Amino acid sequence: MKEEKQVVASLSGVTKKFGEITALNNVNLNVRAGELLAVLGPNGAGKTTAVRLMLGLSAPLSGKVAVFGRDPRTASARGRIGAMLQVAKVPETLKVKEHINLFRSYYANPLSLQSTLEAAGLTGIEDRLFGGLSGGQKQRVLFALAICGNPDLLFLDEPTVGLDITTRHLIWQQIRRLVQQGKTVVLTTHYLEEVDALADRVIVLNHGVIVAEGTSAEIKSRTAQRKIRCATRLRRNEIENIPEVAAVSQQENRMEILTAQVEPVLRELFILDPNLTGLEVTNSTLEDAFLKIVETKPAAQEMTA
Amino acid sequence: MSSAAAVTVQTPQANPFRVYGTEVKYEFLKTLRQPAYVIPTLTFPLIFYVMFGIIFGGKQALGSVSLSTYMLATYSAFGVIGASLFGFAVGVAMERGYGWLQVKRASPMPPLAYLAAKTAMAMIFSAILVIALFAAGTAFGGVHLSLGRFLGLAGTMIGGTIPFCALGLAIGCYSAPNSAPAVVNILFLPLSFCSGLWLPIQILPKLLQHIAPFLPPYHLGQLALQQVGSAAAGHPLQHVAALAAFTVAFLLLAQRGFKRDDVSINA
Repeated sequence: MKEEKQVVASLSGVTKKFGEITALNNVNLNVRAGELLAVLGPNGAGKTTAVRLMLGLSAPLSGKVAVFGRDPRTASARGRIGAMLQVAKVPETLKVKEHINLFRSYYANPLSLQSTLEAAGLTGIEDRLFGGLSGGQKQRVLFALAICGNPDLLFLDEPTVGLDITTRHLIWQQIRRLVQQGKTVVLTTHYLEEVDALADRVIVLNHGVIVAEGTSAEIKSRTAQRKIRCATRLRRNEIENIPEVAAVSQQENRMEILTAQVEPVLRELFILDPNLTGLEVTNSTLEDAFLKIVETKPAAQEMTA
Repeated sequence: MSSAAAVTVQTPQANPFRVYGTEVKYEFLKTLRQPAYVIPTLTFPLIFYVMFGIIFGGKQALGSVSLSTYMLATYSAFGVIGASLFGFAVGVAMERGYGWLQVKRASPMPPLAYLAAKTAMAMIFSAILVIALFAAGTAFGGVHLSLGRFLGLAGTMIGGTIPFCALGLAIGCYSAPNSAPAVVNILFLPLSFCSGLWLPIQILPKLLQHIAPFLPPYHLGQLALQQVGSAAAGHPLQHVAALAAFTVAFLLLAQRGFKRDDVSINA
């Protein structure tokens, strides 16, 4: 176990509503110095709301938000923060280097223009107008704006959404480098591979509630199951009667069986159906774990789609 | 740079004067590269002034001044109001609606720097516009203004941007990015017509003459007319007070509109 590090940002008992919708419901969340925390969840889970609260862009209905022990709206807190948010349109008539220089001017000890350009993979296109960039280049400029102030704490709200593989890996590499330098990073995403590739710790949000928390290995092991797929004449309830089986679902003509103990289940399956075919056994992915966590919610909270 | 005290209690702040200066500089560059703003803002008042004030009006007298001098004042006000409204309303609506403002708000940028840069922009364009109108009037319309009167007009117009920047800000805080230009046009054109900025107010129907004092452009128009030596209604301070009151009202309205953003999820 790692020793408890200093908390640099926190939500304490935070509830946030938008009209009738509860975006966050009594959420407690600590961001510790030097960690890369991933906030994972389906669309509308409250990820962006949590980030906006910690950036002081939004005020909680109840509860307390603190960043570096201060109200996030204070200039002294913001001077140590960088943020990459989802933006539909950035002013197009400024050049890449002009955008970066403007944001550098907001900070007391920014990175140099050159090192910002290098870190964001923008060297060579610094004189281009923002409007003339490709989607991946635009996203890299937003990343550059987040890091150019040399902040201690970075919020990256779905930083690689809709990006090509090259740009995604470039941003991942840079995020890793920032963490190595001792920066704290809070990342929201719905890409599970991103979490697997980067995060020290994961928080899973669903319907405004934290439904799981831990390392990505811990999250996986919480639902530590392997998946058996096969074609069989057995019916669903027959398989469900095998004691070690956790869940069964039918996918077209295949059965999908989740279990923590593959071998006894397989033995039983072959006894019940010696003609079973198309057998596959896979380790559960973070995605399986995630879906399982997100699907298991109290029936009372069930919403009509 | 690499001080031993990694955990500083006091975060150093960027130099505020430099921040404001940089913000104005890049706002200017950004705006200058937008022909959709620059061309109408600078050419429409000029074309209208040349058509109505110089070609049709010319040296005919209207009260104590020539029509070309009278309309130099009113079209200056018209142009300044347009520069302020379009700059603020369309800029704020787009930057707010598309999420860019959030990025700036999350940064350590002083919030006032954002407003100051846009106001400075409206003032720069207003100054350019007044100089262009004055040059056209002097060259082709027989306008004779002393340097003092010209500077008075230019100063009034530069200060006169403020209430309309505030109105533009309010419109920008309520409008969607796509609808902001339409909202500005719907307000700007009738308001400036009814305030006597297109045609002298004396020749407008009596009803409009009674309504005009309730419209902010009327007061800027009257202030402009007083600067060029035309007999105008009311004491200048009355008009300044009216514009100040409108400014406060627009800023309160803008603040209300801005706060709504926190209530909707996508803002």
